Amino acid sequence: MSTESDNIESIVNRRYEHGFVTDIATDTMPPGLDENVVRAISARKNEPEFLLEWRLRAYRQWREMQEPDWAHVHYPPIDFESISYYAAPKSDDDRPKSLEDVDPKLLETYDKLGIPLHERARLAGVAVDAVFDSVSVATTFKERLSEAGVIFCPFSEAVANHPELVQKYLGSVVPQRDNFYAALNSAVFSEGSFVYIPKGVRCPMELSTYFRINAANTGQFERTLIIADEGSHVSYLEGCTAPMRDENQLHAAVVELVALKDAEIKYSTVQNWYPGDENGVGGIYNFVTKRGDCRGANSKISWTQVETGSAITWKYPSCLLRGDNSVGEFYSVAVANNYQQADTGTKMIHIGRNTSSTIVSKGISAGNAENAYRGLVRVMPQADGARNHTQCDSLLIGKNCGAHTFPYMEIKNPGARVEHEATTSKISADQLFYCRQRGISEEDAVNMIVNGFCKEVFKELPMEFAVEAQALLNVSLEGAVG
Amino acid sequence: MLEIKNLKATIGSTEILRGLSLSVNAGEVHAIMGPNGSGKSTLAQVIAGHADYEVTDGTVTYRGSDLLELEPEERAREGIFLGFQYPVEIAGVNNAYLLKASMNAKRKHQGLEEIDAFEFLKLAKEKMALLGMDPKFLNRGVNEGFSGGEKKRNEILQMAMLEPSLAILDETDSGLDIDALRAVAEGVNSLRAPDRAIILVTHYQRLLDYIEPDFVHVLSEGRIVRSGDKSLALQLEEKGYDWVREAATG
Repeated sequence: MSTESDNIESIVNRRYEHGFVTDIATDTMPPGLDENVVRAISARKNEPEFLLEWRLRAYRQWREMQEPDWAHVHYPPIDFESISYYAAPKSDDDRPKSLEDVDPKLLETYDKLGIPLHERARLAGVAVDAVFDSVSVATTFKERLSEAGVIFCPFSEAVANHPELVQKYLGSVVPQRDNFYAALNSAVFSEGSFVYIPKGVRCPMELSTYFRINAANTGQFERTLIIADEGSHVSYLEGCTAPMRDENQLHAAVVELVALKDAEIKYSTVQNWYPGDENGVGGIYNFVTKRGDCRGANSKISWTQVETGSAITWKYPSCLLRGDNSVGEFYSVAVANNYQQADTGTKMIHIGRNTSSTIVSKGISAGNAENAYRGLVRVMPQADGARNHTQCDSLLIGKNCGAHTFPYMEIKNPGARVEHEATTSKISADQLFYCRQRGISEEDAVNMIVNGFCKEVFKELPMEFAVEAQALLNVSLEGAVG
Repeated sequence: MLEIKNLKATIGSTEILRGLSLSVNAGEVHAIMGPNGSGKSTLAQVIAGHADYEVTDGTVTYRGSDLLELEPEERAREGIFLGFQYPVEIAGVNNAYLLKASMNAKRKHQGLEEIDAFEFLKLAKEKMALLGMDPKFLNRGVNEGFSGGEKKRNEILQMAMLEPSLAILDETDSGLDIDALRAVAEGVNSLRAPDRAIILVTHYQRLLDYIEPDFVHVLSEGRIVRSGDKSLALQLEEKGYDWVREAATG
């Protein structure tokens, strides 16, 4: 059997080892997936009938689908029967009691990233009651949101308290059978975030998964649904720059965004899942489906992502520009070092009139990594006045890495204006020597050049996030040269 | 300040410097002249510490210590500046940013605080005015889309800001029109100081009309074959390099 499925298996086995001894049956389901597992997940979460039916439909569709192989990534086949599809969140007893119990290497990285001391404990998964500050911060935060009428809660809470919203919007952007991993997620997702911004409300603060209560365990199959009602505005931050380790190797999340008339959603991601060691062993497979639907006129959805983690990233945050005058944006920095593989990009589907989209993609490859940009711009026949500008730049560090660009354009309206620019550059030995002759160390020179290369994307991130992202990039590329 | 003894250096398997000796004191301006391929640029690169060149013999002492022991960035922080013959472009990195990072690297090495942003800007604008540079250049990518003359002015700007102890200018005059040459020469002259040494590497005498050297050395086949005062440069101009070559072999 292949190494990676061995890994998955060993992870599953490890779980057994690790003392869910007393009540394995209630906390972790045995590996494998069938209808009973789907029913059991739904039952465990006390879900209403409609959701169970929805999951079952997804499961049946998934059974008939093939794992896609078109991405420019290579990995041994995944054995879906060896994965356990439900594990209850760890109880506090299983977590480190204090920072002293945490892997020192992880703490060292926090230090390099400049993460404040009081946040390190929470990030490292130290039991919540041992973490000062966070509880009070979260409480004030909740109060301010509820005053504004904003709903921001774990997905299962939304299913219990706002089933009508969930039923109306779930799967309306990413249908169950959209793709193999989306179908799998639809069948077995166990947690995620739900956001609803009422009409005309400008969300009073940036929403961050970071502050989500009970967010200690992000699931293997996460589901996020964000609805911005007419004239509302929200900025959502996902992930954080601290390295995220997880015992699950396969991650298949689905994110759906719905922007109604005049609404705006800004979705920023910093993804730093464990990429594996220098030889590429043991990293996370991140197969994500993210899509936004500009459903109403004059709506806007903007994706900004900084992708530095995971062994394999397979991710195309997209926009369906259905409303007239709607706007879609995609700003991306994807870094691949050592043996990481990234295949990422976006899809902009122009349906409404005078819709416009902007794509700025910056790919950085170092070591033996492979980085691919894959983008689709589709202009439907009725999309008069559609405009797109795509800029796609690759930066290579060293001799053994690769950058690939796969732009697809399907233009069915003769009046559309679509522009594509692409560049590939290399950090040259001459540039490094020049910087060193000016007193700047090689590592600082690389950071300076890389940050210069990514500037356009970083400026789209919320301020604090941008500073962290910059530090993160520097850490990710440590040792990339020489 | 700089003491080079019997320096031999190779690139790949080719020996370029074949036993070069040179002594430079603080306050002096030396011009190194010579035909193409005589090793002028190699000398500049070896002093700066370029990894492509291997020193096979000889010593280089800078302010009393072994220069060859130091990494290129350490040499720079110790006050050695190389004005490049072909300054590289670094797209996306702001010119001002590089300049500030460079100054701060040196200041940190000297145990000083980072330069204040206002102070930096004021100083940069002052020096740019002297060199006839538009302040807009500060916000452009390093040498990105600069003309040949603009790149060379930018090198001199960096030198003026960094205030090196030993400045080596490699063919700074090549590709300059007369106005640019004058501006660059003025920039260099303004930096002449009793505690600073300048080495001008040049192919033509023209630059020396504007920057008057204390010493002129003629390089041929990796060795200094003749040294003198500024009149040597004029003689060279008149008689050509064949004259020194013959003098060297004959």
